[in-house]
Amino acid sequence: MSIQEQWIAFLTIVRKEVYRFMRIWMQTLLPPAITMSLYFVVFGSLIGSRIGPMEGFSYMEFVVPGLIMMSVITNSYSNVASSFYSAKFQNSVEEMLVSPMPNYIILLGYLVGGSLRGLAVGLIVTLMSMFFTDLNIHSLPVMIGIVLLAAILFSLMGFLNAVYANSFDDISIIPTFILAPLTYLGGVFYSINLLSGIWRDLSLLNPILYLVNAFRYGILGLSDIDVASAFIGVIIFVVLLFLYALRVLNVGQKLRN
Amino acid sequence: MTIALKIQNLTKQYDNGFQALKHIDLEVEEGDFFALLGPNGAGKSTTIGILCSLVRKTSGSVSIFGHDIDEDFSLAKKQIGVVPQEFNFSQFEPVEQIVISQAGYYGLPRALAVERTEKYLRQLGLWDKRHVAARMLSGGMKRRLMIARALIHEPKLLILDEPTAGVDIELRRSMWDFLRDINAKGTTIILTTHYLEEAESLCRNLAIIDQGQIIENSSVKNLLKTLNKETFLLDTLEAITQAPKINDYVLRKAEDHCLEVEVEKGQSLNQLFADLSEQGINVLSMRNKTNRLEELFVSLINKDKVSEVVA
Repeated sequence: MSIQEQWIAFLTIVRKEVYRFMRIWMQTLLPPAITMSLYFVVFGSLIGSRIGPMEGFSYMEFVVPGLIMMSVITNSYSNVASSFYSAKFQNSVEEMLVSPMPNYIILLGYLVGGSLRGLAVGLIVTLMSMFFTDLNIHSLPVMIGIVLLAAILFSLMGFLNAVYANSFDDISIIPTFILAPLTYLGGVFYSINLLSGIWRDLSLLNPILYLVNAFRYGILGLSDIDVASAFIGVIIFVVLLFLYALRVLNVGQKLRN
Repeated sequence: MTIALKIQNLTKQYDNGFQALKHIDLEVEEGDFFALLGPNGAGKSTTIGILCSLVRKTSGSVSIFGHDIDEDFSLAKKQIGVVPQEFNFSQFEPVEQIVISQAGYYGLPRALAVERTEKYLRQLGLWDKRHVAARMLSGGMKRRLMIARALIHEPKLLILDEPTAGVDIELRRSMWDFLRDINAKGTTIILTTHYLEEAESLCRNLAIIDQGQIIENSSVKNLLKTLNKETFLLDTLEAITQAPKINDYVLRKAEDHCLEVEVEKGQSLNQLFADLSEQGINVLSMRNKTNRLEELFVSLINKDKVSEVVA
């Protein structure tokens, strides 16, 4: 396939993915907007006002970056996991597998599709947050860079989840039992400086902590971890997972007999 | 003559150890209308799966119009359009989107994709349903949707796996006309089918595959010549109480107004009718008991099973 043909194939997948999550916006865009608004009201306004400042910022200001990042992560993940598994379940994945497009185009198409859903929800949540607090951006490049990387990273994870899943249960197990605890314990609602000893050390093993803190740094200029290390770590993860996902596609694991 | 499909020494062993294909060799010429026949589980779908890369072969080689499916997979895949046995499109997407997306996967520019989608949806009688979600279509329409989707990149080789399974007679005939037409315009067609009437009516050449091996590969015409015996059904005016005895013919009572007769190759029917008339039996009509190809198919498959038992 020529480069131009590959580009068309890539855009086809992206367009299809965007069309999918826009078509079912009641399931994809609306719920996170409502959930996050509730978080803003309950944790930010009602409880937050009693918590007092966190690391020099009001609790609402502190919690907003974490909640935006949480939306991006969960939506990027679940978009690719459910869309690709659904294609596998209905065998419509064969439409792509019989075509001449290279596997990396299939992978990139789904990653960008998933990332766009994550970013769309992130944008909606950001706009919602503006009703509750003022957002002063400390570093736009850091903010945009880390949110893009997070969207791609969790789209990749969602893709791998879909490839290995044998039932619809399998694509809800990881978000429920792994992703949710890691997110809630990943510094969205508190600074790990509040923790002591082993709990602080254990928190440093949580990859989501680095994403949340780097994003918070982009907005507030505040982070529990070294932002440069976070970027390097996430980039390494993205590259390794991309290569692994590509290998899974090339071998045809769980997709070709 | 250009070779559209060349399969050499193809084998497939599944992970559970089942040997689905055992060293298959097959050639299909450009422009042919070719039938791949065989009982269930014989290896037809595995062969098709390998051609379109949904099944990984264990060994052997496959080339499509001279392009090896391993070394030159992109060009090889561009030559093939596949209509699978099972529905394999998103049930929630509109008909038009399914076909346009498939064009995109082959790298067709959007304007061309839209133009061709209209062309093929119209030809297959689906244009009025273009905005309908695929799950709302009838079984026959879903099958036609898969044909439109397979043709969108205008492949030189179209492979259809049981294209008329579960399709009513009228639709089956119109689908035959459509396939004959695109074959006449130059598309090479390979189909698998359980309806041997379909293979006899449409195809010029065929291969019969059984237990992972090709047990027959010839032209339909030549194969039919090997038929030594045909069984006819004679509808009679009079009710039959007992089958009449006529020299050189074996007759059986099939139903109250129907006789069954076996006729050897080259044996004249004139004497049969004369003798029946003499015995006061008037024949109203005559037909083959089964499709001729079906008779051969059954005898070939059974012969294979008998030789296996003997061995």
